[in-house]
Amino acid sequence: MDSLYLAWRYLSFYKVRSFILIGCITVIAALPLALEILVNESERQLSLRAESTPLLIGAKGSALDLVMNSLYFSDATPEPITMAAVDQILESDLASPIPLLIRYRTRTFPIVGTTLDYLDFRQLEIKNGNPFSLLGQCLVGAEIARQLDLGPGDHLTSSPEAMFDIAGVYPLKMRISGVLAETNSADDRAVFVDIRTAWIISGLGHGHTDLAKSTDESVILKREAGQVTANAKLMQYNEITEDNIDRFHLHGDPATFPITAVLALPHDEKSGTILQGRYLDQDSNYQIVTPAKVVDSLLANIFRIRNVLDAVILMVGTATLMALVLVFSLSLRLRSKEMETIFKIGSSRATISRLLGAEITIIGCLSGLLCLIIMLLLNHYDVELVRRLFI
Amino acid sequence: MIRLSDVRFCYPTGEFRLAIPEMSVAAGEKVAVIGPSGSGKTTLLNLVAGILAPDNGSINIAGTDLDRATDQSRRDFRITTIGFIFQDFGLIDYLDVLDNILHPYRITSSLTLTAPIRQRALELAEQLGVDTRLKHHPATLSHGERQRVAICRALLPDPKLILADEATGNLDPDNKQLILDALFEATSTNHTTLLAVTHDHELLGRFDRIVDFRAFLVNEPEAS
Repeated sequence: MDSLYLAWRYLSFYKVRSFILIGCITVIAALPLALEILVNESERQLSLRAESTPLLIGAKGSALDLVMNSLYFSDATPEPITMAAVDQILESDLASPIPLLIRYRTRTFPIVGTTLDYLDFRQLEIKNGNPFSLLGQCLVGAEIARQLDLGPGDHLTSSPEAMFDIAGVYPLKMRISGVLAETNSADDRAVFVDIRTAWIISGLGHGHTDLAKSTDESVILKREAGQVTANAKLMQYNEITEDNIDRFHLHGDPATFPITAVLALPHDEKSGTILQGRYLDQDSNYQIVTPAKVVDSLLANIFRIRNVLDAVILMVGTATLMALVLVFSLSLRLRSKEMETIFKIGSSRATISRLLGAEITIIGCLSGLLCLIIMLLLNHYDVELVRRLFI
Repeated sequence: MIRLSDVRFCYPTGEFRLAIPEMSVAAGEKVAVIGPSGSGKTTLLNLVAGILAPDNGSINIAGTDLDRATDQSRRDFRITTIGFIFQDFGLIDYLDVLDNILHPYRITSSLTLTAPIRQRALELAEQLGVDTRLKHHPATLSHGERQRVAICRALLPDPKLILADEATGNLDPDNKQLILDALFEATSTNHTTLLAVTHDHELLGRFDRIVDFRAFLVNEPEAS
């Protein structure tokens, strides 16, 4: 008896119908499994980075925005604080501070203004080239380097915040000093610069010809005792090179310069507790958060949403299965003549059931195979997918 | 070949009753069964095929008492001994011509599909003029071609008896004659018995005998 052969011929003859059936079953089976894989991977990625970051200090406001911006370089930029926060921690001698200014972008990738301590803290290794040692240099994450085919010596230009603001800050052309090794974290998709370079990008610093020595009077607005004021004609450098690096300067007191957060690495547990206590003052403009706790709270919300999603999937799945049963029973009714012929020729009802069973088996197996392929692909790309979609 | 004695049959609804005191068909005989709709012609074929069991009486086909056989043995007997030809051809839409001819071998373990059987299927297709359509599906065939494929399928297991239920009912006059020619030729070669239900009175002259089912009178056709 060739039940499987006949079933295969039936399914391959009605290709579209079979494909729709297989597709429906695959989606219904794959959806909860895919959700499980993605949620687990999201949890893993979020928790791993959060747990490795002891304390985070930023402006009062959304703790989640602060964590997501500082740890995963998300678009939600928290209110800025000043470098005075870093000085404060240094003075307390309770922790090592690492400033972060994560506000600007190059193409779609975040520019992380920080110090070289960040590389040590995250244990980032340089695959090619050197760390940023000069103003205007940058270190690119592995994925950016791969995606844009960049290497040491190439350039990246910061994206202006307001493209149509002609009085705004010009983009800065940054020279790539090195490429980081892959870490499968948000660092792979970020560009790291010295905090001072980030301030230049923000317009707090710039470089131009020495006005005191300038012979072009058309750029001079007024000269007073020891002070020269230039007009808008003064050309500012948009790239920091060995020739012009000396002419770059920051205006104002660095302690007042903005940062978005400070990573605080307490010397020990006791120091961490004392440090946290210092920011409990209601009048303080700062908040101190433990990223792991913030992420735990976020995950708790995700799991609540997931439960709702599971219930929705269950209901949709039940409805789809019922629709499939209906389609199958209607198809049987349409095939009653065929069944009658087979029976009259000499087949038993059990043979007809076996034939239908073979069709269901093939549909089930193909759906299972498709589902397995989807799961394998998802399992292979889940790290990347979660990073692109959720983090 | 066929012997029915005192056969009584009644459907569960009780509306239809059939009583056949005596009927017999000799081996190799070509018999036409006529009668108005609802007189029990198709029921007779189903009884002879063992699809229905009589309430009373005995049915003996080729030496086998069907009324005493089990369901399984009746099915085995049917698929190995009887070939069925239907008015609506009964072909399977999703199988091509060759697979339709081979179909009985794929739905039972009583028949084994072997290389000689495949060869015989090809020969039958050639004999009935459908050998050029082997890879076509029934929907692309003419009515005449479909019925010829159905005849090939019925003849492939080399049955002793062919039951034809209005086999020419869906065909135009030319095709009716062609199909009957093919059927008679194929059944004559192997001395196969033919029991055919028909409404086509112009074809009756070609049968050895006519059974008028209304009164169960066995009439010899007039000698021409």
